[in-house]
Amino acid sequence: MVSNNLTIVPAATVTDYQVPLLAGMALAAALVAPFVVYPIFLMNVLCFALFACAFNLLMGFAGILSFGHAAFFGGAAYVSAHCAKELGLPAELSLVAGMASGAILGAVFGWVAIRRQGIYFGMITMGLAQIVYFIALQAQFTGGEDGIQGVPRRSMLPFINLENDRTMYFFVLVVFLLGFVAILRTVNSPFGHLLKAIRENEPRAASLGYDVDRFKFLAFVLSATLSGLAGALKAIAFQLATLTDVEFFMSGEVVLMTLIGGVGTIIGPIVGAGILIAMQTYLAEFGTWVKAVQGAIFIICVLAFRKGLIGEFAALMERRAKRAGR
Amino acid sequence: MEHYAIETEGLTKTFVGFAAVKNVALKVRSGALHALIGPNGAGKTTVFNLLTKFHLPSAGRILIDGRDVTALKPSAISRRGVARSFQISSVFPHLSVHENVRVALQRKLGTGYEFWRSNKTLRVLDERAMELLADVGLTAYAGHAAADLAYGRKRALELATTLALDPSVLLLDEPMAGLGVEDIERITALIRSAAVGRTVLMVEHNLRVVADLCDRITVLQRGQILTEGTYREVSANPAVIEAYMGNGHV
Ligand SMILES: Nc1ncnc2c1ncn2[C@@H]1O[C@H](COP(=O)(O)OP(=O)(O)O)[C@@H](O)[C@H]1O
Ligand SMILES: [Mg+2]
Repeated sequence: MVSNNLTIVPAATVTDYQVPLLAGMALAAALVAPFVVYPIFLMNVLCFALFACAFNLLMGFAGILSFGHAAFFGGAAYVSAHCAKELGLPAELSLVAGMASGAILGAVFGWVAIRRQGIYFGMITMGLAQIVYFIALQAQFTGGEDGIQGVPRRSMLPFINLENDRTMYFFVLVVFLLGFVAILRTVNSPFGHLLKAIRENEPRAASLGYDVDRFKFLAFVLSATLSGLAGALKAIAFQLATLTDVEFFMSGEVVLMTLIGGVGTIIGPIVGAGILIAMQTYLAEFGTWVKAVQGAIFIICVLAFRKGLIGEFAALMERRAKRAGR
Repeated sequence: MEHYAIETEGLTKTFVGFAAVKNVALKVRSGALHALIGPNGAGKTTVFNLLTKFHLPSAGRILIDGRDVTALKPSAISRRGVARSFQISSVFPHLSVHENVRVALQRKLGTGYEFWRSNKTLRVLDERAMELLADVGLTAYAGHAAADLAYGRKRALELATTLALDPSVLLLDEPMAGLGVEDIERITALIRSAAVGRTVLMVEHNLRVVADLCDRITVLQRGQILTEGTYREVSANPAVIEAYMGNGHV
C-alpha cells in the first residue's frame, strides 16, 4: 500500500519565546485597526482569514486537498442568513446554525470521499460542491441570482449594537479569535499530533494501529465546520449571502490564500487572506484584471515561494539560526 | 496440541495473473523466533503484507492466535497485537525521533481523537519513549528530525517504534539490511531480548543472523513453501542450496 497523498513539505512553525510578544502586538493592532482602516475591509479580511485557517487545518496539517470548500462556506452563509432574516434568530444563534450546516455537509462530503486519495479526493469534493452550487441556484430559500439580502445584524445581548460597523468589527474579531484558538488547539492536541503522523506516512500510521480514514474524516468535518463558521460570519457582517459564496471560484480562492501565506503554517493563511482581500479591494477599479494578477501571483508562488510567504520567512530564520548555532 | 501465533491456510496473492504467493500454509508457534527466508522475489514481503492486510489475499485464511483475522483492516490487525517493520525503513520524517516513538505509545492512551485536549497530556509518555530510544542507542538523537538520521539509525528508530506497541507478534522485514557490522550485533541482541515472551517472524537475508537467532526456518521459493525446519535441516536440504545458488546467494 503506497500512500499517494499529497506530500506537502511542512514549513517550520513559529514556536519561540517570541510568540506571546508577537501575538500581543497583533492583538493590539487588531484593536486599533478599525479606527485607522475601514471596518468593512477588516471584517472581510477576518472572515476570509478564518476560512483560510480552516482550510489550512485540512491541507496543511492533514495533507488533504479539497476543491470544494466553497460549499461549506457558502452553504453556511445561506443557512445563517436565512436564520437571521426569515426565522428572526439573533446573530449568535445564526452563526451556530451556519456552523452546524458546515459540519453536516462536511460529514456527507467526507463520508463519500474519504477513501479516495490525493487528487481523486479533491475531484470528488469539487463534484459535490458543484451539486451544492446547483441546489443553491435552484432552491427557493436562497433567492436565486439575488441571494439573501438585507440580513439583519442583531445580537442576543441587548447592549451590543451590531448595526454599528465598528461594533460589528469587534464582534467579528471575537468570533475569528475563537475559531483561530480552536484551530491552534486542534493542531496541538493528541489528535493533531496523530494527524501530522498520518500526513507524513500513512501506511506506517495504519501499521501502528490507527484507523487513518477515521482521523482524516474527523479532520475534514472540523475543517468544514470552521469554514461554515467563516461563511456564516461573512453573511451576518455583510448582511448578504449570494451565489458568489458557493461558486467554484471561492473554493479556488481559499486554496490560493493558503498557498500564498504558507500551507501548514499557523499565520500564513491570515497573511494570504489579507493580501488577496487587499488586492480585490484596492485594485477593484481595474476590474477583472485583478483575477489575472491573482493568477500571476499564484504562478509565482508555485514557482518561487513553494512554502508561501510565511513559510519561506520561517525557513530563512531557521537557516540563519542554524548558521549562528555553528 | 500446538499453539500457533500465526497460521495461514491456502494463502494466495495474485498480481494481474501472476501468483506472488501461492497456497502458503505457514505455521508459527507461539513464542518462537521464526525466520522466513528465500531468494529475492520469492514473496516474503508479500506474505508480510498479507498478514498485516496491506494486501488483500486473493484466497486463503489468516489466523492470529487461532482467531480468523482475514477480514480485518491493517489498523485492526495492529490492535490485535501484531506489529511490523517495513523492508524499506518507514518513519515519520518531519517528526523528531522522540515524537516518532511517541506516536506509537500514544495508541494506548486512547485519546487519539481528542482534538480539544492539550498535547501536554502526551508528556506522560516521554519517559517510556526515552527508554525505548536508549534500547536502540538513539538517546543522543532524540531531538533530531527522523529524516536527518543515517540509514542504520532509521532502522533502529523503526524498531523502537514497533516495540513501543508492545506487540505479542513481531514481524520484521529484513531488519539488518543496510546495517554495518556493529549495528548488526546490537540489533541482533535487541531482537533476542525483544523476543522474550513474544512471537517473532523475521525475513532476513543474513543467514548468519538467522542461524544465530532463529529456532525455526521456513524457506519460500516462487511464492511457495519449499521446506521448513531448523537451520541445520534447512541448510542441508539440496533443494534449498539449489534455490539459493540459482539466484546467486550463498
Ligand atoms: N504491488 C505489487 N504489484 C505487482 N507485483 C508485486 C507487487 N508486490 C510484489 N510484487 C511481485 O511479487 C513478487 C514477490 O515480491 P516480494 O514479496 O517483494 O519478494 P521478496 O520480499 O521475497 O523479495 C515479485 O515478483 C514482485 O515483483
Ligand atoms: Mg522483500
